Amino acid sequence: MPKRKDIKKILIIGSGPIVIGQACEFDYSGTQACKVLKQEGFKIVLVNSNPATIMTDPEVADRTYIEPITAEAVEKIIAKERPDALLPTLGGQTALNTTVELADKGVLKKYKVETIGANIKAIKKGEDRQLFKAAMEKIGLDLPKSGRAYNLDEALAVAKKIGFPLIIRPSFTLGGVGGSIAYNIEEFRVLAKRGLESSMISEILVEESVLGWKEFELEVMRDLKDNVVVICTIENFDPMGIHTGDSITVAPIQTLTDKQYQLMRDAAIACIREIGVETGGSNIQFAVHPENGRMVIIEMNPRVSRSSALSSKATGFPIAKIAAKLAVGYTLDEITNDITRSTPACFEPAIDYCVVKVPRFTFEKFSLANNTLGISMKSVGEAMAIGRTFKEALQKGLRSLEIKKFGLESIIFNNLDDIKIENGLLEKIYQKLRQPNAERIFYIGDAFRANLDIDKIYELTKIDRWFLHNIKEIIDCERELLKNKPKLSGELLKKAKEFGFSDRQLAKLLSLSETQIHALRKSMNILPDFKLVDTCAAEFMAHTPYFYSTYDR
Amino acid sequence: MQAFLALEDGKVFKGRSFGSSGERTGEVVFNTSMAGYQEIITDPSYKGQIVVMTYPLMGNYGVNKEDAESRRPFLEGFVVKEYSKIASNWVKEQSLGEYLKENNILGIEGIDTRELTLHIREKGAMKAVLSTKDSDEASLIKKAQSCSGLVGIDLVKEVSVSRKYNYPHIKDAAYKVAVLDCGVKYNILRNLARHHCNVIVFPAQATCKEILDSGVDGVLLSNGPGDPAAVDYVVRTVRNLIGKIPIFGICLGHQMLGLALGGKTYKLKFGHHGANHPVKDLRTGKVSITAQNHGFCVDIDSLNKKDIELTHVNLNDATLEGLRHKKLPLFCVQFHPEASPGPHDAGYLFAEFTKLMRKSKKRKN
Repeated sequence: MPKRKDIKKILIIGSGPIVIGQACEFDYSGTQACKVLKQEGFKIVLVNSNPATIMTDPEVADRTYIEPITAEAVEKIIAKERPDALLPTLGGQTALNTTVELADKGVLKKYKVETIGANIKAIKKGEDRQLFKAAMEKIGLDLPKSGRAYNLDEALAVAKKIGFPLIIRPSFTLGGVGGSIAYNIEEFRVLAKRGLESSMISEILVEESVLGWKEFELEVMRDLKDNVVVICTIENFDPMGIHTGDSITVAPIQTLTDKQYQLMRDAAIACIREIGVETGGSNIQFAVHPENGRMVIIEMNPRVSRSSALSSKATGFPIAKIAAKLAVGYTLDEITNDITRSTPACFEPAIDYCVVKVPRFTFEKFSLANNTLGISMKSVGEAMAIGRTFKEALQKGLRSLEIKKFGLESIIFNNLDDIKIENGLLEKIYQKLRQPNAERIFYIGDAFRANLDIDKIYELTKIDRWFLHNIKEIIDCERELLKNKPKLSGELLKKAKEFGFSDRQLAKLLSLSETQIHALRKSMNILPDFKLVDTCAAEFMAHTPYFYSTYDR
Repeated sequence: MQAFLALEDGKVFKGRSFGSSGERTGEVVFNTSMAGYQEIITDPSYKGQIVVMTYPLMGNYGVNKEDAESRRPFLEGFVVKEYSKIASNWVKEQSLGEYLKENNILGIEGIDTRELTLHIREKGAMKAVLSTKDSDEASLIKKAQSCSGLVGIDLVKEVSVSRKYNYPHIKDAAYKVAVLDCGVKYNILRNLARHHCNVIVFPAQATCKEILDSGVDGVLLSNGPGDPAAVDYVVRTVRNLIGKIPIFGICLGHQMLGLALGGKTYKLKFGHHGANHPVKDLRTGKVSITAQNHGFCVDIDSLNKKDIELTHVNLNDATLEGLRHKKLPLFCVQFHPEASPGPHDAGYLFAEFTKLMRKSKKRKN
């Protein structure tokens, strides 16, 4: 289907101020959308209360309103501008909520504004937990057991039926605000009350805990011809119980067989169809029981999300840009893949590297905040790294956080040549592993340095053994480096670089300077290789690619 | 243990062995699937080939009995960037390395698989040798060059069953289907059973008469390895079957049908091996993301369009992906509707096959 001719002017709602849970990724997606729709000849009206964004730069939209993103303000803009269509799926939760409010107040009907991308029914079905649950049950997908409550008494009744621990999720919030986990009735009373207060419609969902289950996300796109493709698959390093925004996440999925993954793919496709997102991207989350493989669907975001921005960069597939084109009538097979220029956008990217996203926390700026992690998001940013191995990508990601760690360095031990396990240290490590926190990844490294084994660390963290084994390989390599300090072989140095050790990290380990390590590498011809991100694992020629460095020669 | 991969054009890669030891030759091809290595390793269509995985991390979830696509691995070697020393999954029974050793298949890790893939993309799939016992480059290159390759070689006889057998029968069967086994993947049989078919698997050497005498409602021509032009005896059988019974061809089965209908096949530069190929159904305009594994292709220009309708086309390179006869009950696809590994998007074709058999049965009654 070609571009729609019946719409001329499109209103795009931005995401407003940068807050925890909603940061620059929505500026990125909104800007992409504005640019591409303008190129297609549409008049773009933009509203965003945050002038410190790229999308509010003068040349991005035809008309930009720096006004509060409220139904009242947007109604006035609609009355003045009279757009034909409203694209609500690119400005995060704020835009989506505002759109629902505008529809409920009859504003969209009054001014004959059509929502494109996702219609109001689909938004409500995706966002309202009760409607979502009913929709998923209709298509035979398994969900965590749950019940809805509008007051504390109802909540207590549901809690009794399901049993602890329980997750409390308020409806219509952002970044999981007000979401919490209760392990007993006392905690539950407090948390359920808080949840009811934070929900826009005073509604909470009380849910069976899937804490410790494996967590996965699929980025899915659909067009008006009902073609559906999976752009990116993501596996969370941190299991269920930690907000995805606070989790270390990895693309693509690492620990599922193809049979298991295809069932998830089928479920995701069935989900986007049933929810009725007509065009564009959705993010769909699943939990899988690590011992018996039971798969439950957790949630779907019928819009471009934080994960879409990540998936775009991880695969080279510009989700927001394509989503905008789909919203105005194009279908996936009509759009060319920008990177290959010869193949269509109607395909699933194949990647030939591993991507790791690491969240960035700034608890030092929030002195009263507790640095333990749960289902409300606390991170303020993230770093994404690409490597040919998980180990390389993880260590690159950690040093990109700019927290003065240059890889998976120790947080406890000052002298790695002489590791002393003092009294109480193991208890401290156990506690830091058991209770998710901002520095847990470093404590896992130290747990291996303190000779804990994979099974013990798994028992404490429920992080898949595959990830733990890879971390162990980093620590084992570190030990090998320390042991061979006097006469380092080229083979070992190459291995360290393949495992993502930075020169600075190596300098510290080997008691040399960074320059000396660099010179040593050069003399041994261990030099970085720059590989392309090309959406197709080298199958086709790439034209507008970007590069990552790796040691693979 | 050290291992080497040498290509016929003189390029040599050095890595570490993680499978069995020894030496094997074959055509080296790359596969872009990110998961599903066990299905790939056990796909008989890879007979005669050394497979390079473009996704760098392999072995992560081990292997298990359910995911096998045939009785044993048939490929000549498996090339990866990093072999996982741990296998983590609730269905895991064994590690990939153990499995390869047990089945006497060579595995090599530590290879810059992207560079190798780029090389194949530019120069085309080529003959190669994988060895753990020879480290002399000149000698290895010579071995790669003297390998017989795929063109004109009958590899089907190496993978087909030696005598016919019944696939476990199902209760609510509505059809009886003969599968001509040129290297059939189990998931084709599983899909037929799921679509209410009782299946009899015939060796590739079976004659038209044997098949028709078994009283089946339709024939499925399976996938298989190598050059379709080298299995003239199967093409002859197919030619005899045409018009007498509904036929559904998959991959090599599609190519053989193309030949039997008077078309020609040719070798692609590096083939299609992966799980993300977009294929458009020209009848509905809908796109399926398909699993593919083929080095040869039916030439669109060689087909008689008066009798033959092109039904499917590859959106990446516009090659032929499927056809049907306008009057006779037969159709075929180049890709793998049974997936495994890969998306289930094209599974609807099994229902089209049963529909074709139903129509044909009605006409007979």
